[in-house]
Amino acid sequence: MFRDAPHFDVRDYLRKEMMPHFLCPGCGHGMALRALLWALHELKIDRDKLAVVSGIGCAGRLSAYIDANTFHTTHGRPLAYATGLALARPDLHVVVITGDGDCLAIGGNHLIHACRRNLKLTCLMLNNEIYGMTGGQVSPTTSETRLTTTTPHGNTEPNFDACALATAAGAGFVGREVTRHVPKMKELIKDGLQHPGFAFIEVLSDCTEVYGRKNDMGSSSEMVLRQKSEMRPSAYRDSVDEPFRSTDLPTGILARNHRPEYGAALRAAAAARAAK
Amino acid sequence: MNAIDRSHHKPAAKLLSGNAACAQGAIDAGCTFFAGYPITPSSEIAERLSSLLPKAGGVFIQMEDEIAAMAAVVGASMGGVKALTATSGPGFSLKQENIGYAAGAEIPCVIVNVMRGGPSTGMPTRPSQADIFQTRYGSHGDYPIIVLVPASAREIYDETLRAFDLAEICRTPVILLYDQVIAQSSETVALGGRPPAHATRKWASGPRESYKPYAAGDDLVPAMPRPGDGYRTHTTGLTHSESGFPSQDPETVTRNLGRLYAKLEKHRDLIDSYEAVRCEDAELVIVAIGISARAARRAVDACRAEGHKVGLFRPITLWPFPEIALREATKSAKTILVPELNIGQLRLEIERLLRDRRVEGLHLISGEPITPAQIAAAATKLATEV
Ligand SMILES: Cc1ncc(C[n+]2csc(CCOP(=O)(O)OP(=O)(O)O)c2C)c(N)n1
Ligand code: SF4
Ligand SMILES: [Mg+2]
Repeated sequence: MFRDAPHFDVRDYLRKEMMPHFLCPGCGHGMALRALLWALHELKIDRDKLAVVSGIGCAGRLSAYIDANTFHTTHGRPLAYATGLALARPDLHVVVITGDGDCLAIGGNHLIHACRRNLKLTCLMLNNEIYGMTGGQVSPTTSETRLTTTTPHGNTEPNFDACALATAAGAGFVGREVTRHVPKMKELIKDGLQHPGFAFIEVLSDCTEVYGRKNDMGSSSEMVLRQKSEMRPSAYRDSVDEPFRSTDLPTGILARNHRPEYGAALRAAAAARAAK
Repeated sequence: MNAIDRSHHKPAAKLLSGNAACAQGAIDAGCTFFAGYPITPSSEIAERLSSLLPKAGGVFIQMEDEIAAMAAVVGASMGGVKALTATSGPGFSLKQENIGYAAGAEIPCVIVNVMRGGPSTGMPTRPSQADIFQTRYGSHGDYPIIVLVPASAREIYDETLRAFDLAEICRTPVILLYDQVIAQSSETVALGGRPPAHATRKWASGPRESYKPYAAGDDLVPAMPRPGDGYRTHTTGLTHSESGFPSQDPETVTRNLGRLYAKLEKHRDLIDSYEAVRCEDAELVIVAIGISARAARRAVDACRAEGHKVGLFRPITLWPFPEIALREATKSAKTILVPELNIGQLRLEIERLLRDRRVEGLHLISGEPITPAQIAAAATKLATEV
């Protein structure tokens, strides 16, 4: 494993009373959590002013481990809860943790409208291509032909490119990283946290327990290694041209714009009307 | 405890629709957040607040659907502000999961449901009273909730104030339930009828280390942690212990859910509200809410003029049902008549509460309000039978 950066000890940011955590051995979500906490540490974000809002799923469970103001909401709705919270409390830094099912299936409507509004929120979507929590059913990001408990003959539905979707819907910041590269993940999350509008970050994560095993993808370390070579590249390459990089697996910052931030625009409009 | 500050009280009277009275009540109650989604016959509340709230330093947002609107309201309240949403049948159905979340996680908020004919899209511009049970049992699982049923624009204003007070004092969602006729008819509203109260939320204070977000004192309502105050707590829809963290320990789960019910029971003196008209010697008592109760009020006078001993019991708080007051008001009554705009909902509850009495219904599902003459005829028939 990687050594912690100077002065960063992940244990300082975790709730001891919630240990041991419930993730399966080798689950990629743990690496994403580490990258998020590391990014928060490097940006010196005041945890008293940090609110983490999550949905339901293995990804959604992560908020409980973070020593901050944490809200574990309902399946698919964390962006809608976070919208209310961030508008009511512009002084808080609001981060959303969601899964591919949470964010793109049941919560897909909230995602596109959060992107469109461009309210300052940092949305971390942990994409393991599967409904991990409920035992491995097909999700909107499951690659074609993959076996899941509800696609026993292989998935026949095309999968979503969440970053293309977020970009098209107008998100102020869009990026993707893989759990294989925690320092890069950390850097991307830092960029997202600092973006003044809505930041959408997709982390390609591995569900070892109910996806990897079902599809003979080997041990957790083998799953991580395949992120480097064959994991999902063609689906992304074929689905979009610009502004994605033409590499096999477009990662890093994929789109950025400087549309007005929704909350500030709303408050400015109200102040202007009140002054009349 | 909850100081009620009436210093902002400015008496005045205005001609307002029920929905406009609700919007004004929300502003006077100190509501600073509204999230909604347009639906007839509730949209005037959103339209009014889109203008009033920003002027009052608050936030108005039209969300992408009612699920999102309810979620945003709970999210805003978790941030510490008084928050409101308003809808009608189809939208009310969509809000249910997050209403249950607010009940379980004890997040104060107010939800307006303006009833229209159903099921499904039903009759968008016609009155109905068919959401009586949905307001009580609409979300899954066991949970208690407060439902208020005002019967006039003026009462909508008063009950909106009370809804916010009760939500804050009891840390619970409160539903304001009224029908399309009252929502969209204009009436004189005495804004000074009841001075605006401002129950303030009981915030967590004291040492952070020993703080338990769901540990309650004698009033059974835990003090709420305000994000930013340093408590760094966890809020979840999973069953949880006093620490706020998930728990499935049988004893903990049982105790916490029991407390949710006991907490409302503890506040019944604040929650219960009703009107009893000429019930003292009544042999027949009409039990009705909203627009049907207003018709019933006229029917009582008509029946009395004919020499029949008829009274009216009108719950203003529907849930928890004011059963002690009902029993008191129906002491001398042999027969109960329940006129309502549904196929028989309130009647079921009255039958449950008054098993030893004859309970008859007068149910109209045509999308029209019941007239005083219809109720008077039914009451006279029953009164002459006894
Ligand atoms: C309204 C509702 N529908 C279904 C569920 C069941 N459920 C819980 S988690 C989940 C899927 C989670 O998948 P994902 O968001 O990809 O998270 P992961 O577990 O893979 O991290 C589902 C369907 C629920 N809790 N609520
Ligand atoms: S089921 Fe999959 S996603 Fe959930 S904790 Fe286990 S490995 Fe991770
Ligand atoms: Mg998943």
